[in-house]
Amino acid sequence: MNAATKALHPGESVGEQVHGHTHDHAHDDAHHGAQEGWRRWVYATNHKDIGTLYLWFSFAMFLVGGVMALGIRAELFQPGLQFWQPEFFNQLTTLHGVIMVFGAIMPAFTGLANWMLPLMIGAPDMAFARMNNWSFWLLPPAAALLLISLFVPGGAAAGGWTLYPPLSIQAGMGMDFAIFAIHLLGISSIMGSINIVTTILNMRAPGMTLLKMPMFAWTMLVTAYLLIAVAPVLAGAVTMLLTDRHFGTHFFKAAGGGDPILFQHIFWIFGHPEVYIMALPAFGVVSQILPTFARKPLFGYVSMVYAVCAIGILSFMVWGHHMFAVGFPATAQLFFMFMTMLIAVPTGVKVFNWIATMWQGEMTFETPMLFAIGFLCLFTIGGFSGLVLALAPVDIALHATYYVVGHFHYVLVAGALFSLFGAAYYWLPKWTGYMYSEFWGKVHFWWSMIAFNITFFPMHFLGLAGMPRRIPDYPLQFTTFNSMASVGAFLFGTAQILFLINVIRTIRGGVGPAPARPWDGGHTLEWEVASPAPHHTWETPPDEATVVAGLRLQGLEHS
Amino acid sequence: MRVWRSGAALALFSSFACASDSRFTFQPAQTVIARDIADIHNWIMLIIAVIFVTVFGVMFYAIFKHRRSLGHQAKPFHENTIVEILWTLIPALILIGMAWPAAKVVLAQKDTHDATLTIKATGYQWFWGYDYLDSGFSFKSKLKTPRSQIENYNSPGEPKDEKYLLDVDEPVVVPVNTKVRILTTSNDVIHSWVIPAFGVRQDAIPGFIRDTWFKAEKEGVFRGQCSELCGRDHGYMPIVVKVVSQNEYKDWVSKRQAAAKAAADDPNKNWTKDELIARGQKVYESNCVACHKADGKGGGPFPALAGSKIATGPAEAHIHIVLTGKNAMPSWAGLTDTEIAAVISYERNSFGNHDGDFVLPKTVKAARK
Amino acid sequence: MNVENGVHDAHYFVPAPSRWPIVGSIALFCMAMGAAFAMNSVGAGKWLLIAGFAILLWMIVGWFGDVIKEAQAGDYGLQVDHSLRWGMSWFIFSEVMFFAAFFGALFYTRVISVPEIGYFSDTHDLLWSSFQAVWPAATGPKVDAYTAMEAFGLPAINTAILLTSGATLTWAHWGLVEGRRGQLKLGLAITVLLGCLFLTFQAIEYHHAWTEMGLNLGSGAYGATFFMLTGFHGMHVLVGTIMLSTMLGRALKGHFTKEHHFGFEAAAWYWHFVDVVWLILFVFVYWL
Ligand code: HEA
Ligand code: HEA
Ligand code: HEC
Ligand code: CUA
Ligand SMILES: [Cu+2]
Repeated sequence: MNAATKALHPGESVGEQVHGHTHDHAHDDAHHGAQEGWRRWVYATNHKDIGTLYLWFSFAMFLVGGVMALGIRAELFQPGLQFWQPEFFNQLTTLHGVIMVFGAIMPAFTGLANWMLPLMIGAPDMAFARMNNWSFWLLPPAAALLLISLFVPGGAAAGGWTLYPPLSIQAGMGMDFAIFAIHLLGISSIMGSINIVTTILNMRAPGMTLLKMPMFAWTMLVTAYLLIAVAPVLAGAVTMLLTDRHFGTHFFKAAGGGDPILFQHIFWIFGHPEVYIMALPAFGVVSQILPTFARKPLFGYVSMVYAVCAIGILSFMVWGHHMFAVGFPATAQLFFMFMTMLIAVPTGVKVFNWIATMWQGEMTFETPMLFAIGFLCLFTIGGFSGLVLALAPVDIALHATYYVVGHFHYVLVAGALFSLFGAAYYWLPKWTGYMYSEFWGKVHFWWSMIAFNITFFPMHFLGLAGMPRRIPDYPLQFTTFNSMASVGAFLFGTAQILFLINVIRTIRGGVGPAPARPWDGGHTLEWEVASPAPHHTWETPPDEATVVAGLRLQGLEHS
Repeated sequence: MRVWRSGAALALFSSFACASDSRFTFQPAQTVIARDIADIHNWIMLIIAVIFVTVFGVMFYAIFKHRRSLGHQAKPFHENTIVEILWTLIPALILIGMAWPAAKVVLAQKDTHDATLTIKATGYQWFWGYDYLDSGFSFKSKLKTPRSQIENYNSPGEPKDEKYLLDVDEPVVVPVNTKVRILTTSNDVIHSWVIPAFGVRQDAIPGFIRDTWFKAEKEGVFRGQCSELCGRDHGYMPIVVKVVSQNEYKDWVSKRQAAAKAAADDPNKNWTKDELIARGQKVYESNCVACHKADGKGGGPFPALAGSKIATGPAEAHIHIVLTGKNAMPSWAGLTDTEIAAVISYERNSFGNHDGDFVLPKTVKAARK
Repeated sequence: MNVENGVHDAHYFVPAPSRWPIVGSIALFCMAMGAAFAMNSVGAGKWLLIAGFAILLWMIVGWFGDVIKEAQAGDYGLQVDHSLRWGMSWFIFSEVMFFAAFFGALFYTRVISVPEIGYFSDTHDLLWSSFQAVWPAATGPKVDAYTAMEAFGLPAINTAILLTSGATLTWAHWGLVEGRRGQLKLGLAITVLLGCLFLTFQAIEYHHAWTEMGLNLGSGAYGATFFMLTGFHGMHVLVGTIMLSTMLGRALKGHFTKEHHFGFEAAAWYWHFVDVVWLILFVFVYWL
C-alpha cells in the first residue's frame, strides 16, 4: 500500500476499507514473506515456515531428550552405579521428562497445527502471524536455559519433572533456570494456543461450520483451550516455588502455615489436563488418517466431538489420582477414583468409533496407517494400565513404581509420538512435494513397534514387583527386566535414525514427486492445493462448492 | 500383522503363566489389604483382557478381511445411534463393576482406628527414623549395603549381596497379628514409606503427620524402598519390617528400652574434647559421609569441609549451618545437642582442620534459641 | 467475497515479516538468565536483567507502534477485528487462571493446612502442639509476629477508586461511540489519574505494612498470599494504566473512530478485568 492510500483513509469505517483496499493488499501479502536466508526463518510470519520451525525444533528436542533417556537406560542396564553419580541421574530423569513433554511433544503438535490448520480450514494464515513467530522463538531460549543449567554450579534441576517441593526448594541454581524456562514455555504455549483458538473460531472457509470441520481442528481447539486454562496455573505454581526459594514466602512450608501438598494440587490441576494436551491432538491425527486409508468417512463424527469435549471437561476433575499416596481422606480418594474411571467412557467411544471406521472399509496399509493402527493398539493398552492405576487401592501398590512409567510411555510414546510419526508420513508429500520411501517407512514402523514393546512392556512387571521409579540403582531381582528395557531403548533409538534419514531424503526428492492428492481417500481441504503447498494458500477462501464437495465425501454434508 | 498378534498373545499368555512368580506380579500378600489389592487387580485384568481381545479381535478381523488387496469395497456408512449409545453405556456399567469392590477396599485402607501399636516413621535424607510412641524409644534405620558394592564406576565392585539395597542395620520390629498404625512424617523433603507385601504406601510429608496401618499375618522379614524422589540417595533408603511373635516382641521392646536408657547421653555430662571428637566421628560417619565423604573433601555439588571457611571460621556459623541447613544441605536439628556438638568438634579438628577449639552441647542448646 | 457479514473478508491481513518477536525472545532470555543469576548472587545477573528489560521495552514500543500504524492505515478489516476480540478474550481468560492459582493457594492454606497445623490433628499434637492457629494473626508456628491489614482503611478507599475508574472509563467509551471526543479524552485522563492514585495508595500501604506492621513476604501463608495476590494485581494495574495512557495519547492524536477502536476496547476490557480481580481480592484477602 502506498502512502497516498494510507493518508486517504485515516478513520474510515471497516466495511469501506475492505472495499477500498482489497486489491493492493492482495498484492502486498503475496509477496512479503518470500524473504531469503536466515531472515525467512527468524522474522517469519508465514504459518508454513513457522510450522516447519516448530517441527524441526521438536525433533531436535526429541533427540536430546532421547539421548538423556538412553543415559538413564544405560545406568539401569545393571544394578550398581556404572556411569553417573546419583545426582546426575536425577538431573537426567528430570530433564528427560521436561524436554520430552515441553520440548518434543507439545511443540510438535503446535507445529502440525500451524502447518495444517490454515490449509485444512481454508484460512490464509494463522490469525496472529507475528505473535505466532514469537510463540516459536520463545522455545529455543527456553531449551537453552534448560541445557545451560546442566553446567551451572549444582547442576540442573533434579527434582523430577513434577518439581515437588521441598526437594525443589533445596536445589541449587539449576532449579531457577528450570523455573524460568517453564515461564517462557508457558508464555509460548499461551500465545500459540490463542492463535489456534482464534484461527479455528474465526477463519474457517465459508460453509464449514464448527460441526463440519476436520476432527483434527476439533481436537486442536479443545487442546488449545485446555492449554490456555492450565499453562497460567503452572506458571503460578512455579512462581510460588521461586518465591519460596528466594523471597522467604511459606506457600509450601508448614512452618509458615503452608503445605508441600499444596504444590502438588496446583501442579496436577495443570498436569492432568496437560497429559490430555498431549493426547487429544494425537486423537485428531488418527481421526484424519484412519478414514483416509479405510476410504470411509469417520464413524460417529458428532459423538467424537462430544467425546473430545467431555474429556476436556473431565480432565479438570481428576488431578487427585496422582496423589493417592499423599494421605487424602477416603472421600477425596473415592471422588478422584470415580471421576478418573469416568474418562474411560469418552475415550472408549473414540476407540470404538475408530474401529467402526475401519470396519467394512477398503483398507490399504501405507506407513501413516500402520502408525495409526499401532497407536490404537498400544494407546489402548496404556489406557487400560491407566485404569488400573485409577483404582485407588491398586494405585497404593503401584504409585511411583515402574508400572506408572510403563503406563505413561504407552500413552506418550506409542500414543502421542506414534501419532506424530503417522502425521509426518501422512503430510510429508504435502510439505515437501515428494513421496517418502514406503519401504523404509514400514521398516521404521515395525522396528519401532517391536523395540517399543521390548522397552516398555517389562516395566509393568517391574512395577508390580515393586521397583520404585527415579532410582539409579536397584535390588537384584529387578535385573532381567531392566536389562531387557535397556536393550529395547537402544534399539528403539536406532529406529528413529531411519526416520530422520527418510525425511531428509524425501526433502531431497524422495522416490519421486507427489501429486496434490497422494492418498485417494483424503478429502479435507489440504489436498485441494498443490504439493508442495505453495508459500501462500487460500488467500481467497476456497469457494463454497469445493468445501461442500469435500464435506460430502467426509460424510458431513447430506443431500 | 501376524507377528504382532502372536507376540501380543505370547505376552498375555506368559503374564498369566508367570502369575505366581513375584518377579512378574505382586509380592505374596501378607495382609488382608494386600490380598484385596491383588484380588481387585486380577479381576480388573480379567475384564480388561476380555475387552481387549473382543475389541481388537473385531479390528483385526476388519484388517484382514476389509482390505483393498482382497478387492473389498468400502461401505460408506458413518453413523448408528443405537450402537453408539450401547458402547457408551456398557463401558459405564463395566466401570461400576470395577469401582464397587475397589471402593470397599479404599474404606478399609483408610480405617486406622483401634490400632494396638503406633510407630512414627520419620523420613530423613536418606534413612528412616522410628519412634515407638507407646514404649518411648526410638532408633534410626540405615542402609547396610556397603558403598563398595554399589559403586562400580571403575571396576565391577564387590559382589552384591542377595539383599543388595534392601538391608538395614536396624529393622522395624512388630508383633504378628497385631494392628499396627504407622504415622509418617519427614525431617526434610517428601519421602514415602512402603511395604509392598503389606499393601501399604504412605508419603511422609515434612511438617505433617499422615497415617496408614497393617496387620501382618506371618512372621518374617518384609522389605520396601522409599518411593518418593527425595534427592541424591533416594534409591538407598530401604524400609525393613521384621514380624515376630508376641513374646519375641516383648523381649525386644524391653531390651530396647534398657539400651535406650543406657545409651542416652547424660545432659549434665562434662565432655572432654577428645571424647567429643571420638563421638563426633561416629555421628559423622552415619550422617555426613554420604555427601562430604570420609576424607571431608566432598565432591560434585557437595563442598569440602577440609579447609572450608565455615569449618575453620567462627563456631557460631558452623553450628548455624548444621542446625538450619542451606540449599541441598539438610537441617540436622533432629540430632541431639550432644551429637551436633560432637560432630562439629570432630569436623573442626579433622581432615587437616586444626581449629583447636571444640563445641559443648550447651552451646548448641543455646544456639537453638 | 462476502462483505456483508465481514467474516469472509477475502483478504485477511497478514503482517510482513517482523523482527520484533525475536527481539522479544532475546529480551526474555536475558531477563531469565539475569534473574536466575541475580537470585543466586552472581554479580552480572542484575545487569543482564536490566538489559533484558530495556530490550523488552524497546520491543513493546516498536511492536505496538507497528500495530498502531497498521490500524491507522486501515489494514485491519472486520475479520481481523473479530480475531483481535477473540484473542484478547482468551488472553484475559489466561490471566484469570493465573490469579486462580494464587486464590487457590489462599483458600487451601486457610481452609486446610493452617487449621491442620493449628487445631486437633495428629499433625498438631505431635509436631506443632505449642502453636494455635488464628487467621490471619499467626499463620505458622515459626513466623514472627505481625499485624494483618485492615480492610476498611486504605483498601476500602482503593476499592472506591477502582470502581470509580471503571465508571469513568465507560463514560469515556460512550463519548467515543457518540462522537464526543472531549468526553473521551477527559474520561481517559481521569481514569489514568485514578489508576495512578490507586498505585500510590498501594505503595503507601506496602510501606506501612513492611515498616510498621511487621507484615512482609515471610509472614506465613497470610503474608505470602497477601503480597503475591495484591502484588500481581498491582502489577496489572500498572500495566493497565500504561495501556490507558497510551490510549489517551492516541485519542489526543485523533486516533479511533466511532466504529473502529478496538485498541481502546482491549485496554478497557483489561481494566475491567483488573477491577473485578480487585473486588474478589478485597473480599477474600482484606475483608473476610
Ligand atoms: C498422553 C498422556 C496420558 C493419557 C492419555 C493418560 C490417560 C490416563 N491415565 Fe495417565 N498418566 C500420564 C499420561 C497420560 N495418562 C502421565 C505422564 C502420568 C505420570 C505423571 C508422573 O507422575 O510423572 C500418568 C499417571 C497416571 C496416574 C497416576 C499414577 C501414579 O502416579 O500413581 C493415573 C491414576 O489414576 C493415571 C490414569 C489414567 C487414566 C485412567 C487414563 C485414561 O484417560 C485412559 C482411558 C483409556 C482407556 C481406558 C482405553 C480405551 C477404552 C476402551 C477400549 C473402552 C472400554 C474400556 C473399559 C470399560 C475399561 N495416569
Ligand atoms: C513425552 C514424552 C516422552 C517420550 C517420547 C519418552 C521417551 C522415552 N523415555 Fe521417558 N519419560 C517421560 C516422557 C517421555 N519419555 C516423562 C514425563 C518421564 C518422567 C520423568 C520424571 O520422573 O520426572 C519419563 C521417564 C522415563 C524413565 C524413568 C526414569 C526414572 O524414573 O528414573 C525412563 C526409564 O527407562 C524413560 C525412558 C524413555 C525411553 C527409553 C524413551 C525412548 O522412547 C526415547 C527414544 C529416543 C531416542 C533414543 C533418541 C533418538 C535417537 C538418537 C539420538 C540416535 C542415537 C541413538 C542410538 C545410537 C541408539 N523415561
Ligand atoms: C545432602 C547431602 C549432605 C549431607 C548428608 C550433609 N551435608 Fe553438609 N553440606 C551439603 C551441601 C550441599 C552444602 C553446601 C551448602 C551451600 O552452601 O549451598 C553443605 C555445607 C556444609 C557446611 C559448610 C561448608 C562450607 O564451608 O560452606 C558444613 C559445616 C556442613 N555442611 C556440615 C555437615 C554436617 C555436620 C553434616 C552431618 C551431620 C552434613 N554436613 C551432612 C550437603 C550435605
Ligand atoms: Cu526418601 Cu526417596
Ligand atoms: Cu492424570
